[in-house]
This record gives sequence, structure tokens and C-alpha cells, in this order.
Amino acid sequence: MLREGAIFDRHAIAEIQRAAREGIYDIRGFGAKRRLPHFDDLVFLGASVSRYPLEGYRERCDTDVVLGDRNASKPLHLKIPITIAGMSFGALSAPAKEALGRGASAVGTSTTTGDGGMTPEEREHSSMLVYQLLPSRYGMNPDDLRKADAIEIVVGQGAKPGGGGMLLGQKISDRVAEMRDLPKGIDQRSACRHPDWTGPDDMEIKIQELREITDWEKPIFVKVGATRPYYDVALAVKAGADVVVLDGMQGGTAATQEVFIEHVGIPTLAAIRPAVEALTELGMHRKVQLVVSGGIRSGADVAKALALGADAVSIGVAAIIALGDNSPEHEEGYRAIGSAAGFYDDWHEGRDPAGISTQDDELAARFDAELGGRRLANYLRTLTLETQTLARACGKSHVHNLEPEDLVALTVEAAAMARVPLAGTTWVPGADGS
Amino acid sequence: MTEVDLAQTPLRELNAALHVPGVAGGWRVLNPRGAHALAVGIDAPIEVDIDGHAGYYCAGMNKHATVRVHGNAGVGVAENIMSGTVVVEGNASQSAGASGRGGLLIIRGSASARCGISMKGVDIVVQGSVGHMSAFMAQRGRLVVCGDAGDALGDSIYEARLYVRGSVAGLGADCVEKEMRDENRDELGALLERAGVDDCSVSDFRRYGSARRLYNFDVDHAGEY
Repeated sequence: MLREGAIFDRHAIAEIQRAAREGIYDIRGFGAKRRLPHFDDLVFLGASVSRYPLEGYRERCDTDVVLGDRNASKPLHLKIPITIAGMSFGALSAPAKEALGRGASAVGTSTTTGDGGMTPEEREHSSMLVYQLLPSRYGMNPDDLRKADAIEIVVGQGAKPGGGGMLLGQKISDRVAEMRDLPKGIDQRSACRHPDWTGPDDMEIKIQELREITDWEKPIFVKVGATRPYYDVALAVKAGADVVVLDGMQGGTAATQEVFIEHVGIPTLAAIRPAVEALTELGMHRKVQLVVSGGIRSGADVAKALALGADAVSIGVAAIIALGDNSPEHEEGYRAIGSAAGFYDDWHEGRDPAGISTQDDELAARFDAELGGRRLANYLRTLTLETQTLARACGKSHVHNLEPEDLVALTVEAAAMARVPLAGTTWVPGADGS
Repeated sequence: MTEVDLAQTPLRELNAALHVPGVAGGWRVLNPRGAHALAVGIDAPIEVDIDGHAGYYCAGMNKHATVRVHGNAGVGVAENIMSGTVVVEGNASQSAGASGRGGLLIIRGSASARCGISMKGVDIVVQGSVGHMSAFMAQRGRLVVCGDAGDALGDSIYEARLYVRGSVAGLGADCVEKEMRDENRDELGALLERAGVDDCSVSDFRRYGSARRLYNFDVDHAGEY
């Protein structure tokens, strides 16, 4: 009888064989693929004798959120608490970026640039666009800074806290090279630290500079990968951030070493409560907004993140899946490059049959930005409806009224991380030092 | 000439005034006292003289303007400069001209570590010396150092061109000395002239740039990082 090893399973063996053959680490897109404690390990309690629900189709359950009203004269007013995360032109095709803007704008939410600058297409089709300031500073310029609706200082991302961006030569087309001031076709590896500041005291001055350049109009976000959320959030608030974006280890990437994706950072579920604790201790919960990302797939995930204290969530991988990534309609194309619909993660290779994670004009032309935008809008509406359904079931007239008391955990690990009781008990592991 | 005394006027008012569409003429900033974010985000062909020392990010993201610091400048002077000219009469701290995409930065004294880090088209002329890791990941533009360069010059450099008159403590990964050809002597001479440097001979400089061995992943070069 054949027996697969639990330690040396098929994936581990294949990876050893690949490393021996190629002599370099594996690079791929997507987020962490291994099983992690996640929102699935929580359930809502819903209404009961002591809590009454709201009528599902009759009573209001609001979803709006304001981001960045602490210091900025022009904060973002989102209709739904779901935003589109930063994804670069370069990683994604120009039509895919346009589709993200179309979909987000249709439902009144924001989208975000990425490690490659702002394209006219995404600015035109995004009613609210967040402009990222990354360590690479590719394409950074004051004109786009002023065109933006908010500025996001990227310290790190969940897929690779401590690592810089990566875009391999296949995707450095003429246009991408020009926007990034790089030679065409090189393997581009972005810096992991900003070129002109280090640490929270410098970041405070950087934020001041960005505010001065934009005359204190734009909200300033600070994005961190989830590692030490209690301290990172406190330091970001101290540095003057209007919004903190907290990206768990399930957060996606266009290209990163697999060892980084799977082994650095903490799960989204474990990051939210320490972040909220820091905000609460500083008297800044709901004043400095917390946007959580990393593994958000459904309205249940959205509702659980909000219940744990987030003001909004951000989606990346789910958004491009909604556009058409990994769709069975491209099964033949995936098979032709040694993958399959539902498994494709070699986004760095630029051979995407769906025309989304590519700079190949022929492949990109397969993607219909209008259709992609409609699909994304449909998906965002569904997430919102699902979130409202759960909130009403808990008796909440605004999704922000969801609270930890509405949740219990199905596993001891999730109970400890989310700081909610294990289902059927009053036990919150670690709450009293136990 | 418009004078703004920062002992009397908040910084926000100064920068807001410099951003007013159609802003023109000469501006003099008194009592800067090391303030951060001085004269940032200007987008007009004006002249700004800062009478004293500047803090972090002076003249950040400058377009078209000429900004002169009559003193020393803190971290990231002229960071992400797009065009125009920034002159530091004294010394500059770390990351001078960081990620600059155009224009000219002149430092009459010396610059600290990471001068020209991530530069993307800016020209930088330093009459003194520069610290370690200068021109780190420099993508485009020219860095001229009339004095000495610290360790790891041009580490992971792309297509920027570096000219150093004095000694180089060490070259970073993938940075090599290159032949000084006639076109290099011509562009260096023009840069020195634009910067008003007349006490250096072009023939005293050596040129450094990318060996381009690390542009694409190659396991045989992994040890060079």
C-alpha cells in the first residue's frame, strides 16, 4: 500500500526536486496556500431571545464609511466598506487596471495604484483612486500625487513583510519600462526600504511633507504587512496616519518567493484585535480608520473583519478572480502552460490566458475591461449584500455596529487569535493569562 | 522679492503661497531654523532663497523652480525632484536627491550616505564628497562627485552614470569602472559648467556604471549580491 509522507508530501518532494534542478527559489503569485486559522473558524451568533434581528429586506442596514477625516480636508466617502487593494500596472495589464476602476466606481468605492505609478486609464475610470508611495518610487510624481484622492505610504504587504516588489523581465514591456525608468526586459526587484526615511520618526516627517505638497487635502494611509500589528499601528498613528491598512499573510502578490509568501507574517485573523487594541488605547478607534486585507472572499469574511473592529476591508486576489482570473472559460489556455483553472498562480510569467496578469498585447486584448468591470461590480454588490444579511441577523442597523460579542470561535486557535469565546463556552484562551 | 519670515508665518502658509497658480518672482525665506518640508511641491519657474539651514525634504518634488539653501540641508533634499535646480550652499544629509527624476541638484559641500539613491533621471553635482551607498539602485541620470565616494558606490546600479574625481572606498554589487570616452568627457564638462564648478578638470574624473550582470536572474551570479 502506497503511503504519502505527512512531512515529505508530494509538494515537498516536488519542491526539493525543482530546487535541485533549477538552483533558485520558486517565485509565484497569489497568497499563502497552506491552511491557516481564518475567518472560517468564526461564526456569528445571530439573534436570540436576548437580541432581536432586523428585517432582512425592509429595515435599513447602512454600509457607508469615511476614510481619512482625521487631518485631511477631503476624506474619502465610500458607499461600501470594501475597497480595492493596490495592484500595479506592470503586474496587471492596463485593461485590467481599468476594469478595477470601473467596477469599484460603479459601487462607490476606491481602487489603488501599485508599484508602477498611475496610468491615465485607471485615473479616468476610478472615481476614487488611492496613490501608493512605495520604496521603489516608480513613476512617483507630484502631478499624480495631486490627482489622487488619497495617498498610501506602503511600508509592507502581507505576502512579504520586509520584502520589495518583483516584476520579472517578461513583463517589463516598453510602456512599463518607461513608467519605471528601467531598461526593458530586466528582472526588476524593488527596494524593500524607502530611499529617504527609516523608522517611525522619519515617517512622521515624510507624512508632513506629503501633506504640505498636497496642501493638507489628501488622506494619508499607511499600509503594513501584519507582523507586529499592535506596535505598527500605534507607531503609524503617532506618525500621523489618517488610515492604517493592515494586510495579513494571506494577502496576495503578483510575484514573490514562495518561501516568503508561506512563512513570513501572521494570519489576518490574528492581526485585527491587536491593531484595534492599539487604536483603542490611543483613543483613535474609528478616528484613524483600520482597513484590513488578506484572504477576504465573501461577505462573511467582510462582516467578521468588521465585527472584530475593522472600518473597512480591502480585496486584491478576490477582485482579479472576479475579473476573470482562473476562470474555467480559459481552461484550455491554462492547460497549455502547464496549469489549470483554479490553480494558476504564475502571474509573474506574463502568460495569463485571461489577459489580466500580463503585458503581452495579444493576451491583454482578450480581456474586456467593461465586462470585467461589471463582474467586479456584481461581486462587490454581492459581498455587500452578504455583509448586510449577517449584520441584520445580528440586529445591526449599520455594518459598523457588528462587534466581537456577535462572534464565537470553532477552534481554540481562532478563539485565542480573535479573542472571542470558543463556541458553547465562555473561554477566551489567553484573555486572563490562561 | 517676497519675504516670508518663518518666525512669524506658519510653514503651511509658506508652502500654500508657493502653490498658488501663477506664483511668480523671487521669494526669500527667513528663519527656517531647520524646518522640515520647506518649499516642497513647487510647480513654477520661481526663485526661492532659504536663509539658513533646512530640515528634511527641502524642495521635495520640485518642478521648474530654483531653490537655494544658504546653509545645510537635512535628509532627502530635493527628493523626487522633477525639474528645476536646487542648490545647497553647505552640506547635505542622507539621501540627497533620492529618486529624483529630472532637474539638477548642486551641493557645494559634501553629501552624506545614499546620495542619489534610487535616482531616476536627476543630475547631481557634489563639490565635496559623498558617503556610503551613494547611487544605490540608481536607474537614470548622472552623479558627479568632485571629492571622494564612500563604500559600496553604485550598488545594484541600473543605467545611471557616475563620475568621481577622488578615491572610491569601494564599489557596490554590479558597479564597475568604465572607460571615459569623448561623449562622457563632454557631458561631464557640461554638467560641471551648469553647476558653476570651475576648479575641477574633466580629465581628473573616472567613470562608473553598471556591469549589467544582475539584470536578469542567473544562479551563477547569485553570490554577487
